[in-house]
Amino acid sequence: MSTPLVTNTIGKPINRVDGVEKVTGKAKYAAEFNVPDLAYGVVISSAITKGKIKSFDASDALSLEGVLQVFTHENRPKLAWFDISYKDQDAPPGAPFRPLHNATIKYSGQPIALVVAETFELARYAATLVRVEYEELTHETDLEANLHKARKPKHGVADLLKPPPPKPRGDFDRVYAEDPNKVAGRYVHSAEHHNPMELFATTVSYEKNGKLTIYDKTQGVTNSILYVTQVFNIPFSDVRVLSPYMGGGFGSGLRPQYQLFMAVMAARELKRSVRVSLTRQQMFTFGHRPATVQQVALGALADGSMNALYHDAMSETSKFEDYTEVVVNWGGQLYPPENVTLDYKLVPLDVYSPLDMRAPGGVTGMSALEVAMDELAYNLGMDPLQLRLKNYTDHDYNQNKPYSSKELRECYRQGAERFGWPSRNMEPRSMKKDHNLIGWGMATGMWEANQMPARAEAVLMVNGKLRVSSATADIGTGTYTIMTQIAADTLGLPISDVLFKLGDTDMPVAPISGGSWTAATVGTAVQTVCQEVGKSLLKLAKNMPDSLFKGAKWEDITFSDKHMRLKNDPNVAVSLQTLVDLNGGKAVRETSTGLPNALKQRNFSRATHSAVFVEVMVDEDLGTVKVTRAVTAVAGGRILNPKTARSQILGGMVWGLSKALEEESVMDHNFGRFMNHNLAEYHVAVNADIHDLDVIFVEEHDDVVNPLGVKGLGEIGIVGMPAAIANAIFHATGRRVRDLPIRLDALL
Amino acid sequence: MNSFTYFRTDAVDTAVRERASEPTAKFIAGGTNLLDLMKENVEHPTHLIDITRLPLTTISDNVDGGLRLGALVTNADTAYNEQVIQRYPLLSQAILAGASPQLRNMATDGGNLLQRTRCYYFYDTATPCNKREPGSGCSALNGYNRIHAILGASNHCIATHPSDMCVALAALEAEVRVTGSNGERTIPFADFHRLPGDTPNIDNTLEPGELITAIDLPARGFPEYFQYLKLRDRASYAFALVSVAAALEMEGGTITAARIALGGVAHKPWRKPEAEAALVGKPANKENFQAAAELLLAGAQGYEHNAFKIELAKRVIVRALGQAAKLEPTA
Repeated sequence: MSTPLVTNTIGKPINRVDGVEKVTGKAKYAAEFNVPDLAYGVVISSAITKGKIKSFDASDALSLEGVLQVFTHENRPKLAWFDISYKDQDAPPGAPFRPLHNATIKYSGQPIALVVAETFELARYAATLVRVEYEELTHETDLEANLHKARKPKHGVADLLKPPPPKPRGDFDRVYAEDPNKVAGRYVHSAEHHNPMELFATTVSYEKNGKLTIYDKTQGVTNSILYVTQVFNIPFSDVRVLSPYMGGGFGSGLRPQYQLFMAVMAARELKRSVRVSLTRQQMFTFGHRPATVQQVALGALADGSMNALYHDAMSETSKFEDYTEVVVNWGGQLYPPENVTLDYKLVPLDVYSPLDMRAPGGVTGMSALEVAMDELAYNLGMDPLQLRLKNYTDHDYNQNKPYSSKELRECYRQGAERFGWPSRNMEPRSMKKDHNLIGWGMATGMWEANQMPARAEAVLMVNGKLRVSSATADIGTGTYTIMTQIAADTLGLPISDVLFKLGDTDMPVAPISGGSWTAATVGTAVQTVCQEVGKSLLKLAKNMPDSLFKGAKWEDITFSDKHMRLKNDPNVAVSLQTLVDLNGGKAVRETSTGLPNALKQRNFSRATHSAVFVEVMVDEDLGTVKVTRAVTAVAGGRILNPKTARSQILGGMVWGLSKALEEESVMDHNFGRFMNHNLAEYHVAVNADIHDLDVIFVEEHDDVVNPLGVKGLGEIGIVGMPAAIANAIFHATGRRVRDLPIRLDALL
Repeated sequence: MNSFTYFRTDAVDTAVRERASEPTAKFIAGGTNLLDLMKENVEHPTHLIDITRLPLTTISDNVDGGLRLGALVTNADTAYNEQVIQRYPLLSQAILAGASPQLRNMATDGGNLLQRTRCYYFYDTATPCNKREPGSGCSALNGYNRIHAILGASNHCIATHPSDMCVALAALEAEVRVTGSNGERTIPFADFHRLPGDTPNIDNTLEPGELITAIDLPARGFPEYFQYLKLRDRASYAFALVSVAAALEMEGGTITAARIALGGVAHKPWRKPEAEAALVGKPANKENFQAAAELLLAGAQGYEHNAFKIELAKRVIVRALGQAAKLEPTA
């Protein structure tokens, strides 16, 4: 039983508790932990895409004074034999890539050697001196050219979180053929790379007893320690992984990246501390958002009732793993047509396995579906928002379950009102200022509201302050802050009396931080363990002489203002300091697990929703697009901290704009290599691209998702943005652009 | 990046002598491009001669009524210089259209002329590139060439010059003052950068070891009718797909002098004297601007991903001329 939370700090725009550390440079990132006698490793990347390494000649590099070793597949240490040892928590079905495994080259930029030297500069120079002879084979990297090889993905545990499309329902072909109103289109999206500001880096501190302390850039220290202990066959007790801060993740840190392998290998072989940091170019040599080709067809009756939905996607994966994401399922969850066919296939190519990237699959699929919805609205001569409302449902027909909560209708209403949508003239090219055509577009966003199991520890210390910890991550989202708030409110303490720590494998285990589940997952664990501390405090209270809490049950008490109180008589109170003083000079310490309430959750579908409204100005002659304003209204359950929450949504909106108009990892298929591998040529939105952005959080109560009622906000901000922009461009110009990114040449 | 030795002096002649003594040396000023290229293993100087202390840091009047920009004046100090803003606003506008404030604070005017192409293949040592490694081939020709040249290219190289500042300097007919072992000389801006031909490894007409000491702006600065218009894939911090430096002199509605230079389309800022001459004596209107645009783009050749630049360039020229003539809003 849970006692209702007295929300003192939850729901308030508390500043980030780690803000000062970050802006003063005190917050340390993986490549900033300086340990004595540190050696530096620089990775050599394959210049070819497919084939074999015939030979290495490292003699020039090794002849330099201060170069310690050049590690290759030829001289690497013995490693785990079986694929299973290389599987991490986010590994798709298949055989994970093994760095320095053998002479085979599987993709361009594959790490093929590590040069370790006394200084970074020396290692970098020595790396240029290593000569590599290759035997090249013909590669296949072009998705469009290999679509005929598309096949169903292999099944695996990944299916649990990323369910394959449901079986067709009804008879799409027949109904669609007869529909009076229908649209069909093909949507091509480019590959993208996460490109967090912080480069992937690992500093391994080689301790005197041979134990390893590893500072890693990761979205889950547990994932890193499992990988290291399995691959190198080291006992858990000999390894500790820390990642207190992360300079952006976006999914790129959901799998251990190869610098972790390299740094650990070198440290163990050289028996000294080693740091390996990737270059920006090397940030394009592991997971990415896959290129996709989608087809969407929608059919409706003349009144706008949708009765037919088709959505298929073909997506690239590597030739060694079947990376999947949920691209095509969304329409079947969001809308109620009775005739639905969804299909998802993979095209294995000579690339590295794609990797979850903010709203993986969701922003891809919704960017096609919601453009098709706009097209259908125009086909019907119906306002695009009215079409969504006409086809509104509180039921998820894919799972055939009601939503635990779905305040999307309120998102539409509040978003439309704030934006001024009702005054929209539906006619394309109906608004103009000087050379600029002005357009308004809207789209729906959707993401899952998941929860995982996680553990946390809470310690009410003898000085009355609370220390709470869990081996989760704060990838910039505000985990430190919201966990501090949850802990503070659960035990009625001010924020300043609570210290929340994360990112250390010595702490209780938590899953990788992704999928928008950290607030729900770790939040529940933190709430649960603080309640356990509260229960221990109640026992101590009962044992006080003449205790007024003697007959009190857990349900009867509440915490506020540093005191435990009787709910029905708040003046009956005892301070937490008094209670911990009764504990024989010891802190009150509890460890506990926060578990999803499967019994409660199984009867419902759980999701966050958003409605996005966008205004663009398109230069009629020059094709340039400026997103002059955008409003996103989000239904994401309880908002723990409107300030960090707003930042999350703003970040998603900015990225959505970036995805719609700018981002593309360009591969030259002659080389099978991403060519714009730097931040000058891989364009992400800059300040000058961003104008008026507005965020609304709609009230949404949900006691199914978890006791806190939180759904997570990491992904939802990006999901609807690209489609809303594409739809606004249509309204401005009358041109329907289905491929992303939409650059000026598409509009000339 | 290879190891290199480092030398600093505060005298121009010492710097030039030092450079002459080591053929694989390079001058370094702001380093905003050279250091990147060294880190990417594209440039490998064995000796760096730091010229940031040379007395070339002032903007001063020339006797002919023009303005002299010391080679080591930063891009930022140039763009915000009162004289430049008053007399050569086109130059100020062009500089501020490039890079970021941080880069403009470091980058020098002389260095701006010497920045190298942003061609993806030039930067990636795993791919052939005639500019980086003569004779290895041009990967862009049949590769990804969205940002590449449509004018004056060759089968050996289709790279573009990335500068914004240089496009304005070309339109203003600046002169580049250089000094070397053989003494001082002045290079007209149109002759400073060169087309790739079959030696795309050579970007400009500097003799080995020559040092840029100043950029001379002529008295005629087109302060009344001008526009630098840059089109790119995001609103800031991106190199030009196409840019236009347009400068006019007008009497009534009639054009009495015209300069048009294009950026992002060729191995050097692109001018066509006949296109400019065709405007003189004509009224400033869209038809005449369009005719000039056609002349400027004559002979343009697109490749797989950049053919759109031909039409785009024409439209940007028409717009920029219209804005320069104050017939169109500049917002």
